[in-house]
Amino acid sequence: MPHRYFFWFILPALAAMVLFIALPIFSVAIQSLFVEHEQVMKEVENCGPFKCETVLQVDNETTARLQEEAPLGRFNGLGTYTNRAHLAFEEVGQIWAKTETWEDFVAGVYNLPLYKALFFTLSYTIVVTPLVLILGLFIALGVNRLPPITKGPTIFASLLPMIVTPLIGSLILFWMVDADGILGATLQVLFQDGDLSLKASAPLTWIMLFVYGVWHNTPFAFVVFYAGLQAVPHETLEAARIDGASRWQQVRYVVVPFMMPLVIFITLMQLMDGLRVFEPIVGFSASAKATSLSWIIFNDLFGDSKLYGSAAATSVITITAVCILLTPVLIRTWRDFHRKST
Amino acid sequence: MSTMAKGNYGLFGWFATSMVVFWLLIAIGPFVWTLWGSFKVQGDFFSKADWRNAIYGVMTTIETGEPFTGNGYWGAWVQEEFWRNALNTAVVVVFTVIISLTLGTLGGYALARSGYRYAFIILIAALIFRAMPHITLVSGYLLPFFEWNLWGRLSTTIIVLVAINQPFTLWMLHSFFLNIPQELDESALVDGCTRFQAFWHVIVPVMWPGVITTGLFSFLLAYNDFAVTSMLLSSENQTMVPRIASFLGTVREQGNVMFAVSAVVSAIVPLFFLVLFFQRQIVSGLTAGAVKG
Repeated sequence: MPHRYFFWFILPALAAMVLFIALPIFSVAIQSLFVEHEQVMKEVENCGPFKCETVLQVDNETTARLQEEAPLGRFNGLGTYTNRAHLAFEEVGQIWAKTETWEDFVAGVYNLPLYKALFFTLSYTIVVTPLVLILGLFIALGVNRLPPITKGPTIFASLLPMIVTPLIGSLILFWMVDADGILGATLQVLFQDGDLSLKASAPLTWIMLFVYGVWHNTPFAFVVFYAGLQAVPHETLEAARIDGASRWQQVRYVVVPFMMPLVIFITLMQLMDGLRVFEPIVGFSASAKATSLSWIIFNDLFGDSKLYGSAAATSVITITAVCILLTPVLIRTWRDFHRKST
Repeated sequence: MSTMAKGNYGLFGWFATSMVVFWLLIAIGPFVWTLWGSFKVQGDFFSKADWRNAIYGVMTTIETGEPFTGNGYWGAWVQEEFWRNALNTAVVVVFTVIISLTLGTLGGYALARSGYRYAFIILIAALIFRAMPHITLVSGYLLPFFEWNLWGRLSTTIIVLVAINQPFTLWMLHSFFLNIPQELDESALVDGCTRFQAFWHVIVPVMWPGVITTGLFSFLLAYNDFAVTSMLLSSENQTMVPRIASFLGTVREQGNVMFAVSAVVSAIVPLFFLVLFFQRQIVSGLTAGAVKG
């Protein structure tokens, strides 16, 4: 296609992406170098019935004017990145110097907000991804053996947890496991503990969020694996069977190797989704025990005091993490393209 | 594989079948339970005494005289005016889908028909953009939108959702157009059509299966979004999902959790029918990316 036509065809889509994805990334990077204005104080004479005293008071007028003149705030350089709420180099250094064992060091670092969120985000991704892969494969194998009439309804039902809005899906599960919900109340009876609440304990909250992650993401793995199963060559399976392979061995040595590209694909998608985990934390009201990178950004921006600088710094850190994670994939895609074109 | 299904139904068979049954329980159980419970009062759905109360509706009968009640729905839709949010969602979703498909088909077609390196670079950039968590982009919009007085409007949100949706739409439609033989539009060009006429008269009539599949996923993105809509819409323009989130805060204090439960069930209904009618397209869309790598 000639350059001229290509340009006109792609222009609207490209303009949308540049204006609302590329520029915001740029704007986030700039914002992260600024922090909010300090409130301007002025001395006011405060006269009571007995004596006068001078007190410091916020000068709202000047503060507002300052805000209007420079909405970005004041320049702070990389200060936001290194402060306690973000990378916290100083605090990490102190903890490193003070603590003796690895355990203490990790526990100390865990108290810093960004590292806490990073811990959860990574654990979520690392725990949920393999579970999703295994469960998805087994369900696909199981559904594949069902009589044809029942396959359609089974796939329909399986799709629901994935299609449903993440916030709504997590609310539905949360209402069930909440102290008064059906599962929460049953657990209380089972453990003979009237105060047992999943929300109150950090490990249980984490498990709850992992369970949600598996519930929400398994259908995707299932559907992809199920489509893959339809393409497993009959001859290879039959040869394996004639050679005396049991069913487990057929799955282990024929089906699984055949599915490896799909495993890589699903893992990649899970990594992308895991890094942006956010809605379940809101839905499960779990932010006291578990936070994620996306949640920190949301929390900085939500409400009246908007911490643009802080949110932007976390965003830049998140974007950097995503890019590092994507590099191997990009290199592979690039090589594929060159192989095709030559 | 069907031959494999027959024959000895040993340990493996039982394991696989029970796995599917177990999964089905987990997959739809919560939905059935919440749908059923949404017609009860709070004392039943969140029953401290006995979970069976929710099945028989003990408290519901005491409080309203009937074992089923529509109070939650009445409270959410009429009292809390949830219909406004449903209307906003409809506006946002319809416009997002139409605009992003229009931009996406033009762009995807161009990308599929251009062999130059820059087309590939655009695709790679789209792949990176697709991986960005949406909330990081939102933190870039917020300040400029406040400054330029664009914040809080439905139209701003629609444009932002369209843009966020573009990378996926471009990839999907690009790989779809690759499967339409190039000879088709080339013969139209030979017959004297311009590029756009060739696209309009030859490609558009055959592109609908791919467009519908892509449209479904655009729909889901716009409908399910929470990060963008909760940050960019003012409270009178809120769509359903952020409204449900704000329900939670206010409603819990007033003891009206059932409003939120009913709102949640109402928001699932369109998704249910979407899967019911377009199951085949959704499955093919999910697997399209996997097969192409």
